Amino acid sequence: MTAPSRELRSSRVDGHEPAVRLDAVSKVYGRELLALDRVTLSVGKGEFACLLGASGCGKSTLLNLVAGLDRPTAGTIDTGGARIAMMFQEPALFPWLTVSSNIELALRVTGTARNTTKKERRARAAELLETVHLAGFGGKRPHELSGGMRQRVALARALAQRADVLLMDEPFGALDAMTRDLLHDELERIWRERGLTVLFVTHNVREAVRLGDRVVLLSSRPGTVIEDYAVTLPRPRRTDSGEVAGLASTITDRLRQEVLRHARPAQAVSAAGAVPAGADR
Amino acid sequence: MTADLSQHLAGLDALELSGKERRGVAARVWSRAWPMIAAIFLVFAIWEVVVLSGWRPEYVLPGPITVLGELGHRLGDGDFYQAVAVTMRRAIFGFAVAVLVGLVVGAAVSRVRPLRAAFGSLITGLQTMPSIAWFPLAILLFKLSESAILFVVVLGAAPSIANGLIAGVDYTPPILLRAGHILGLRRLALYRHVILPASLPSFLSGLKQGWAFAWRSLMAGELLVIIAHQTSIGEQLDNARELSDAPGLLATMIVILVIGIVVDMCFGAADNALRRRWGLDQPVG
Repeated sequence: MTAPSRELRSSRVDGHEPAVRLDAVSKVYGRELLALDRVTLSVGKGEFACLLGASGCGKSTLLNLVAGLDRPTAGTIDTGGARIAMMFQEPALFPWLTVSSNIELALRVTGTARNTTKKERRARAAELLETVHLAGFGGKRPHELSGGMRQRVALARALAQRADVLLMDEPFGALDAMTRDLLHDELERIWRERGLTVLFVTHNVREAVRLGDRVVLLSSRPGTVIEDYAVTLPRPRRTDSGEVAGLASTITDRLRQEVLRHARPAQAVSAAGAVPAGADR
Repeated sequence: MTADLSQHLAGLDALELSGKERRGVAARVWSRAWPMIAAIFLVFAIWEVVVLSGWRPEYVLPGPITVLGELGHRLGDGDFYQAVAVTMRRAIFGFAVAVLVGLVVGAAVSRVRPLRAAFGSLITGLQTMPSIAWFPLAILLFKLSESAILFVVVLGAAPSIANGLIAGVDYTPPILLRAGHILGLRRLALYRHVILPASLPSFLSGLKQGWAFAWRSLMAGELLVIIAHQTSIGEQLDNARELSDAPGLLATMIVILVIGIVVDMCFGAADNALRRRWGLDQPVG
């Protein structure tokens, strides 16, 4: 795989200004563990991009770099000064604060004119809780809520930051299928209403196809972009629909090929050269 | 679609929130109190059996009835409360200074790497130093004065408090640090909004341990450093021994024990309240 072809694939966004642009980003841990190898990726404003890969593909590393939690070893990341919020697999709410206070803290740090006083922040937090269908739960403590509810609070907290870009690191990975489905709908609605740019990391292929405008496939060790599927299925989609399943199985096949490469290093070249059937959808 | 979704979510939320009602205050107090009461009765019974066995004459080892009678007599005496007041004043003042010192030292050592390398193990070392070993130096430095007692009380308690804070800072869950970072909290703000609150449980157990050390040091100090015209509990204990007043001695010991237990229970209650608020008290499995 050559660098130009990767460049061609990753700049699929038409008519969109890029919100996040990674240019030949590499990340080395310690002396020689190459987690990311010259990843070039551009995500357009308002785009929902899913990053998909097997273990060790550096998905989370990539998000951490974009979030500024970590610095790339080489290459540049341009977010154009956008506000960035991030959600993790754990809700990461502060247990010593109530649900409302957790959101108010985000409002306070973000500090806009609309929420300068405590009262204004409280009102704004209540609005945000309503957005994630948790009106009236502001006085609860995080541990009093279920896992799915906590993730919605985390989403409300991310929204409180008035972020343009939302980074999500397997946010629904720990939830049951039923809750996950509902949260997919919820996230899709909020993404549309607010025109967010979403970078969504997952290892669940169907989830990626369900949600994404595009699904970016990363190789493992080191992580590089190997495929970039545009998902043009009409929304709202269902995780269990035939179209989603069809594209998901295509992507899964490609993913398995990539995993196989690590089992038999000799096949590496032929696997990487395969043409993805679903790439033109 | 949206109304539909919100109803679905509401239904799921209602299913997932099981009604966990806390029992009433009376029931909770009783469930904790009866084992304690039973234990006290058991101890008194064993004590009485030992006395009845005639192992030591009654004027050396009186039975619980005699001692409790003496205790009741003291509880009606103004001198006793004055002694308790003096001792508690020292305890509270000494502990407060220890908390201040522990906080400052703990905060500095937990944040500044060279300080950590230099003093980290020293603080742990100080913790294991028997407080009574400080008294000769304290008496040299401060003569037979209250300052000598307070010096040792602070030295006894501060390392535990500092260590509690350091451990709390060290064990701040990384995910919360990341969350704070994402929110835009940096340095002092991160410390104030994330690291300090996150280290509260550990700090609290440091306080609890610090109190135990402070109380022990204080009793040792009051036995060693007798100041004229200031009756304290420790001094009463010493007096009782000199006068071979066995019931008075044992009654004073009970007072020391009870004060220690009551304060410890206060810390325990604070710890429980914190755990409940944070949801750390979930039963395993």
